[in-house]
Amino acid sequence: MAVRSISESQSKSKAVKLTFVYLALIVGMVIVILPFLWMVSTSLKTPAAVFKIPTVWIPNPIVWENYPNSMTVLPFVRYIMNTAQITLLAVIGATFSGSLAAFAFARLRWRGRNFMFVLVLATLMLPFQVIMIPQFILFRSLQWLDTYLPLVVPAFFGGSAFNIFLLRQYFMTISRELDDAAIIDGCTRFGVYWRIILPLSKAALMTVVIFIVQNRWQSFLVPLIYLFDQKKYTLALGLRLFQDQYTTDWELMMAAATVSMLPVLLVFYFGQRYFIQGVVFTGVKG
Amino acid sequence: MAAIQENVASGTARKQKRQWYQLTGEERLAWVLVLPWIIGFLAFQLGPMLASLALSLTEWRMFTPAEFIGLANYAEMISGDPLVLQAFKVTTIYSLTSVPLRIALGVLVALLLNASIRGLAFIRTVYYLPATVSGVAVAMVWLLILNGDFGMLNRALGLIGIEGPYWLTDTRTVLASFVLMSLWSVGAGIIIYLAGLQGVPNELYEAADVDGAGDWVKFWRITLPMISPVLFFQFVIGMIDALQEFAGPFIMTQGGPGNASLFVMLYLFRQGFEFFQMGYASALAWVLFVYIMVLTLLIIRSSAVWVYYEGEVKGS
Repeated sequence: MAVRSISESQSKSKAVKLTFVYLALIVGMVIVILPFLWMVSTSLKTPAAVFKIPTVWIPNPIVWENYPNSMTVLPFVRYIMNTAQITLLAVIGATFSGSLAAFAFARLRWRGRNFMFVLVLATLMLPFQVIMIPQFILFRSLQWLDTYLPLVVPAFFGGSAFNIFLLRQYFMTISRELDDAAIIDGCTRFGVYWRIILPLSKAALMTVVIFIVQNRWQSFLVPLIYLFDQKKYTLALGLRLFQDQYTTDWELMMAAATVSMLPVLLVFYFGQRYFIQGVVFTGVKG
Repeated sequence: MAAIQENVASGTARKQKRQWYQLTGEERLAWVLVLPWIIGFLAFQLGPMLASLALSLTEWRMFTPAEFIGLANYAEMISGDPLVLQAFKVTTIYSLTSVPLRIALGVLVALLLNASIRGLAFIRTVYYLPATVSGVAVAMVWLLILNGDFGMLNRALGLIGIEGPYWLTDTRTVLASFVLMSLWSVGAGIIIYLAGLQGVPNELYEAADVDGAGDWVKFWRITLPMISPVLFFQFVIGMIDALQEFAGPFIMTQGGPGNASLFVMLYLFRQGFEFFQMGYASALAWVLFVYIMVLTLLIIRSSAVWVYYEGEVKGS
């Protein structure tokens, strides 16, 4: 009897604890979500409703026109296309050149491999600000200013060391016996990369693609330095322009912000499995 | 017998004698595959880095020829330009507040998530959402949230009878605003800490149960030491990131009010791309770089005291 009451009180205290955990988590989730809701809610309001106190969460009337309006006061469709183009090229360049280097680090035996790999990792620590100004001068002397080349070309030369690191770690987990078997069957070493390693690494490649999309879609400093012609602006620069010129039109600003966040949120939502794997796998991102 | 041995020996000698420039097919392929990265590293990273060191010794305004002035840029930073000190102060206060708070909050949420709850995947996704968005759009949303007159934060504070400050235009609250904003996107950390927590062996907790240890003791004596390498890594990465904060202050305050949010990167951008003081901006970049390295080294040195590595023998 005594034993039972102890276990009963134990399970009771466990239940209390669990209730507290859920409560805390739900409060946290609400806080996390509120800024998004506030953004969307504001994007559907009349200007007067934006300032109204007490707070209106579900606007009446709902002003859907804010969306087409926000997209036409500035050529936002063009900005979206520009950003998509840059992002796509960066994705192709960085995944291709990055996975080639990662393959060499994970799969081939060569003198100097360890030294080179340490070098790759060391560049992870290299802050962008020390190379920002000389890069600008370099690209200026190549007459690349006001083009997309400074934003895209570096991606084709290995891209971020982070991608190489992540892919290399993943390639290492694939059994080497597959390589040997393929080579005995007459496959070339490059064939091993192309026909075996890449197809088996779809998850890791997806992770890399998602990281690059997220990064490039929202990148601000680099386009800010290199792009001057407003027709060539990316989404981030367009938003900034918007904020400069229409600072008090909060409902339009929030509509534009919502539109610009949507692709990133969708990519994350549909690829979250890979995304979370990648974050855990490297422990780096963030 | 001796002859055989000699043969074997000379055989291995021949093998080892392969010159550094004689590559096997495999090695040749490896260098070809890594070549794009090497070119990128030399052209876009190492080259520019060295160039910036040289630039930092010049006065160069882009439109006139560069002039060698030795260490004058560095001297100017120390004695002639109070904004440099201000920028480093602002950036350091921000980083040393934001990063530890982010880690503490991230661990707290991860601990809650680790309490074998239902719907883990969904909840985790929700917490991660803010970490996926960044840059201008986020800064715009927070401009609205932190607005003194009709922002969401002050409305919420109003509900409990507190009159909130003008967050971004008050010198006393502007840095706190950026810290608050950085806490919103703590999600990536949460996932990493959660993975760390799940890697702590259960036997340790069972043994502690036998000894009658409570939750509090278990957290401080088992959980925290076991995940300290993860925290350490996140601390280093977080500091490197925070010390380079740019988009938020650039869009939301332009360094104001009264330079109270003049982050180093903001000042660097201003010198380089608004005043075209390329030499001075390069010197500033190097000082920031060295500052980041020194802080990182300090953190690494201190880690011997507070980071626990399994299999490490203490006191030897």
